Amino acid sequence: MSVATDVKTLVIDGINVSARADQTILEVARENNINIPTLCHLDGLSDVGACRLCLVEVKGSPKLNPSCVLKVEEGMEVTTSSDRLKHYRQTILELPFAERNHVCSVCVANGHCELQSLGQSQGLTHVRMPYRNPQLEVDASHERFVVDHNRCILCTRCVRVCGEVEGAHVWDVMGRGIDSIVITDLCDPWGESSCTRCGKCVQVCPTGALFDKSKVGSPHPKYPEFLTNLQVMREASREGL
Amino acid sequence: MTSEELLQIAETVQAEHANFDYEVNVCMGTGCMSQHSDKLKATLTKEATASGKHCHVRQTGCMGLCAAGPLVLVDPKNSDKDILYGGVHEADSYELIASLDAKPVERLLTRLEHYFDGQQHIVLENSGHIDPEKIDEYIARDGYQALVMALTEMDPQSVIDQISKSGLRGRGGGGYPTGLKWGTVAKAIGPQKYVICNGDEGDPGAFMDRSVLESDPQRVIEGMTIAAFAVGASKGYAYVRAEYPLAVSRLTASLREARRRGFLGNNICGTAFSFDIEIRLGAGAFVCGEETALIASIEGLRGQPRPRPPYPAMSGLWGLPTLINNVETFANIAPIIRKGADWYAGIGTEKSKGTKVFALTGKITNTGLVEIPMGMPLRQIVFGIGGGVPDGRKFKAVQTGGPSGGCIPDEHLDLPVSYEALTNVGSMMGSGGMIVMDDTSCMVNVARFFMEFCMTESCGKCIPCRAGTAQMFGILSKICDGKASHADLDLLIDLCDVVKHTSLCGLGMTAPNPVLSTLRYFKHEYLEHIDHQHCRAGVCACGTKDASQLAAAEVTA
Repeated sequence: MSVATDVKTLVIDGINVSARADQTILEVARENNINIPTLCHLDGLSDVGACRLCLVEVKGSPKLNPSCVLKVEEGMEVTTSSDRLKHYRQTILELPFAERNHVCSVCVANGHCELQSLGQSQGLTHVRMPYRNPQLEVDASHERFVVDHNRCILCTRCVRVCGEVEGAHVWDVMGRGIDSIVITDLCDPWGESSCTRCGKCVQVCPTGALFDKSKVGSPHPKYPEFLTNLQVMREASREGL
Repeated sequence: MTSEELLQIAETVQAEHANFDYEVNVCMGTGCMSQHSDKLKATLTKEATASGKHCHVRQTGCMGLCAAGPLVLVDPKNSDKDILYGGVHEADSYELIASLDAKPVERLLTRLEHYFDGQQHIVLENSGHIDPEKIDEYIARDGYQALVMALTEMDPQSVIDQISKSGLRGRGGGGYPTGLKWGTVAKAIGPQKYVICNGDEGDPGAFMDRSVLESDPQRVIEGMTIAAFAVGASKGYAYVRAEYPLAVSRLTASLREARRRGFLGNNICGTAFSFDIEIRLGAGAFVCGEETALIASIEGLRGQPRPRPPYPAMSGLWGLPTLINNVETFANIAPIIRKGADWYAGIGTEKSKGTKVFALTGKITNTGLVEIPMGMPLRQIVFGIGGGVPDGRKFKAVQTGGPSGGCIPDEHLDLPVSYEALTNVGSMMGSGGMIVMDDTSCMVNVARFFMEFCMTESCGKCIPCRAGTAQMFGILSKICDGKASHADLDLLIDLCDVVKHTSLCGLGMTAPNPVLSTLRYFKHEYLEHIDHQHCRAGVCACGTKDASQLAAAEVTA
């Protein structure tokens, strides 16, 4: 019996579910219409377990586990929402709001921002900690796109999509801790970098950090679904060979 | 290499030593080197030659009592009485050599009193006794016997059984049973396995691994090689931080020597077992001491941790099974194999076996390196071996576990040192840094220092650690400046809880510990800052002066 066909049964929020052995708790939960909030996860990209919003409680484990990378196990009992988790998720969401300048009313992504909608869905009414208000650069050197570091939450979706899907690895992270920043090439201006101008990073960016110049002043919805479509097509063409 | 050949080498070394009437050992650890013990050695050699005495001046590793450096140990061959001199400078060379066949130089004698009382040297058994760059001296002190024994008389499983039975636990701080880890890697399946030695010691005030690597590098190499044999690895990496240039150069030289003697390379000791070690330098990131970040760093990637599981034992370096242990853990291996698991298990407490090396620093008379059996009360370490707090000041707390640990107050000083006991009082064993603080230390400021450390050393990957430590640092600064309210304190406590339980790796999970432990034992100091803008230690100027400059001096003093 190969690993892929091995099936496990487990309990998520009191519901009995079945899953393939290579699936994560997040995948199985979403299949069963159980919503776990995520920010760094995106279908079609590798998971890094960085945003910590998808943490769940597993019976018998003292630690909270990120459901995006937690593999299913037979007989597992998972709780995806509790007062404790709710409080943690709200606090974790407060942190990026206070970390940089997320002023929704003047943001290009207003109304189409994942951070904004997560704040709403998780019942975040206010931020208790002081805003750090850093003065960060806006790089508009690219002919089509802009990176506004003030809106960046360092989810690294751009880094992953550029490296894993586009294969260009233009984006990376520079610096440590609170001084981390996403960069193009070796911190060159985006317009002078080896960027292929495919725009994938803009489509996967959950906030207004990466945006299309042509969308300034108009609604800027993003379409990250292309990733899963692309994945299906690539798999099909591989099998066809 | 066979045990007969080892014996032969040992006899040759002993015969060489017997040619001399006196051995003058000069400490060449980083501590003494910073006070020019290298020049001292050159002058001593010159004086010795001029005097015409049969005197062997040689370099050794750390002798432990760093506070009294540069140290010189005189070992007269016709007597058992070694003489330890401290604070020896070039100008004292003539007098010292002249005194060899007369009375010791009174003014240079170290006032040790209780420094060696209760110490038990296993990891440090050769430190200060051998020239770290000469493999034959290591062999003359039973070096590589364990490796030859393991390779020729034991099978991998019985090596693992010995380590399990000894009760050895990871000395990097986590305290995971070493035998269990080895067993897991041994069982993991992969076309290649790796052994990694974690020498990325980064806690402020900790220098145990550095001293072991500088004083007895062969011991670490032997430990790694035995581990590789036990788990079936053929390639090893020694990850040492680049800030330890002396350790790196001695380890490099020692690897070359070990290869020359056939303890590394193909068909070690005439068996089918092959193994070699490569050095990788850490580029100065504290987080690279975390095992998954360290592995990423060796792979040439950005030094960031990744979620576990999968653990490195299953999927580590380049996705292959990897054993990763701390320097001190590897340094314990050879004696366990050589003297047996029962001997080792007879030392220490029920759950914490063996000895632990601590680096004593801060407001303590005898700054230096000590190795004590587990279970020794903290009070004995601080006031017995350490000689207590100098200048007649009052002891306040001892900080263990670095930025991941906590401050232990006087009321818990009778606690026997063990993994569990230290965790129970809100600190942790950590890698072995022990910073003593007296009443001139402000505990809020200490917490702030460690939070600043965690903030700047956070890799920035996960939100709670990256942004949470920055917020906590902000609140702590506010408290130090006397501008905080009770609401700020509540938020701080809440953030501690969130960061502790939601961070990705050990750095974030333990970053709140210094705050939590100082809040547990010194909450009154926090309240004095908040309610009365008063700092009892007089460190925080509470609104009148920026205290940030004083914070670093506080801990590193």
